[in-house]
Amino acid sequence: MADEAANLAFAREHLADRVEPPKTATGAVGWVRRNLLSGWFNIALTLVSLYVLWLVVPPLLKFLVLDAVWEGTGRDDCLPEKVGRDVGACWPFIRAKFSQFVYGFYPADQYWRVNLTFALGAAWLVPLLIPQLPYKGLNAALFFGVFPVVAFVLLVGGVFGLSHVETRVWGGLLVTLVVAVTGIIASLPLGVMLALGRRSQMPVVRMLSVIFIEFWRGVPLITVLFFATYMLPLFLPAEWTIDSLLRALVGVALFSAAYMAEVVRGGLQAIPKGQYEGAQALGLGYWQMMGLIVLPQALRIVIPGIVNTFIGLFKDTTLVMIVAIFDLLGQLRAAFADPNWSTPTTLFTGFAFAGIIYFFFCFGMSRYSLLVERRLSRVERR
Amino acid sequence: MSNTTAVDRRASAAPSMETTKNPVAIELAGVHKWYGDFHVLRDINLKIERRERIVICGPSGSGKSTMIRCINRLEEHQRGRIVVDGVELTNDLKKVDEVRRDVGMVFQHFNLFPHLTVLENCTLSPIWVRKMPKKDAEAIAMHYLARVKIPEQAGKYPGQLSGGQQQRVAIARALCMNPKIMLFDEPTSALDPEMVKEVLDTMVGLAQDGMTMLVVSHEMGFARQVANRVIFMDAGQIIEANEPREFFSNPQHERTRLFLSQILH
Repeated sequence: MADEAANLAFAREHLADRVEPPKTATGAVGWVRRNLLSGWFNIALTLVSLYVLWLVVPPLLKFLVLDAVWEGTGRDDCLPEKVGRDVGACWPFIRAKFSQFVYGFYPADQYWRVNLTFALGAAWLVPLLIPQLPYKGLNAALFFGVFPVVAFVLLVGGVFGLSHVETRVWGGLLVTLVVAVTGIIASLPLGVMLALGRRSQMPVVRMLSVIFIEFWRGVPLITVLFFATYMLPLFLPAEWTIDSLLRALVGVALFSAAYMAEVVRGGLQAIPKGQYEGAQALGLGYWQMMGLIVLPQALRIVIPGIVNTFIGLFKDTTLVMIVAIFDLLGQLRAAFADPNWSTPTTLFTGFAFAGIIYFFFCFGMSRYSLLVERRLSRVERR
Repeated sequence: MSNTTAVDRRASAAPSMETTKNPVAIELAGVHKWYGDFHVLRDINLKIERRERIVICGPSGSGKSTMIRCINRLEEHQRGRIVVDGVELTNDLKKVDEVRRDVGMVFQHFNLFPHLTVLENCTLSPIWVRKMPKKDAEAIAMHYLARVKIPEQAGKYPGQLSGGQQQRVAIARALCMNPKIMLFDEPTSALDPEMVKEVLDTMVGLAQDGMTMLVVSHEMGFARQVANRVIFMDAGQIIEANEPREFFSNPQHERTRLFLSQILH
């Protein structure tokens, strides 16, 4: 080896053998040493993290589990002075109000319709999300085409012998999911069209898209909801009555479409000009080029941004509360007013419950998007 | 390609010869183009007959890429006439599509679609533009992938191939549309030196089969071997054109001599 370094002329006689990589510390101890204690800064971070965990985890565990009340029928079971010990979460409160949190004031004998809608939605969505399963086209048609119609008929009723249920009595998780799912499903295609419009060669299309996007991004969602609920009826002829939930739905969908448009535009801008030229040179038309070449790549790039918008939208649904639509959080607050359950911990219990539900959905979306990203990057292995 | 079979020849080049009577493949007459104030193409006049193999060279910024990109209207010309296979290029999108269907193009940076497999890259346009059944499109794609000698890569994604392989896929992709004319925009400039030959060999094979080819390239060996005309461009103009032996041994214009002395060492 010294030869090739020292001599001006060199020709290798034997090819070098393949050698195993050096064995560093392995096993659990090695992992800890490498990842947690590799230097003074790392050690300090580890200590700070441990301290924060110590501050947060035990009290949380104490409140949610150890000191929690699990059985009971009213406030007396959750009052410290009646029970004679520290009281954490008052779970019987959640159990007592559970159907309200899920269905709102939907007629109790019609709960099966909501349950069936949830079940159908899950049955068609879950296989769609699992990449290994076949028939994606049919599956997508069922979920995006058939499901909204079926869900509408089931929930609203008035046909096929189903009694009509006004949206005024809908509430809880049902409203949260209806608003979120409609917003999510409507905002993506709308956002894509707006993003394409904003990059269009046609000045009129471009200008309309810009105006639309900037208008909706420029006003707060609360303003939109207020306007849709209280102002819009003033401008419309008296005989036009649009369902208030529908108005909120449209407002949320258009609002998030504007955000989605900007996310998608970011993806479109990341696609090199060569991809457009390659498609054009092959004779593809505009829609073929966009649909087959540009958008599939652009949307992949912005999956994190898209899911970010979805998560934001999911949590923004709580704002419908201010226009007297009772979503999960609205029902929760209504339940706080019940004197039968007024205890010092009811409020915390309720918000802990709502937090867990929202976290379940949002964290789920986040993890799923990571899975999709990893899968796509593995497929192309670039 | 020396081992090209008779079947290959019949399937690719021959039909385009017989289907059209017009001996002129491409005609540019008094073509001008500006980028803002910058005059990129100045009075280009060029007539290319069927089966001609033309190599265009010139310093960077001389307008050679712009000129061939005008031929399938990736760029618009602002004055003059461009007629491709009897179809004049205007703002009429139908005419543009018609021309693009019959003119294949190979780019410096391949421009393969990274989210599609090699096979899908090749079948995309036959299926969507020619409305060909998927089975037929795949058979044709495999035929041309075999011809550029990478049928075994059909299931891979472009990102998994070497530069030379990617460029050969790009050639196969263009051939799948059964084009009458092929445009090459510096097809070997982005390749590692050891991969240039495999791409050039493929192009030589195409030329031998009678394809009408316009090649922007500085591969002078290729020009000598294959071209029937070499064109030198500078400052947006065609400075000199000649058959290769004369062009290299006896350049007329001073700028041509200067250019050749710089690239031929």
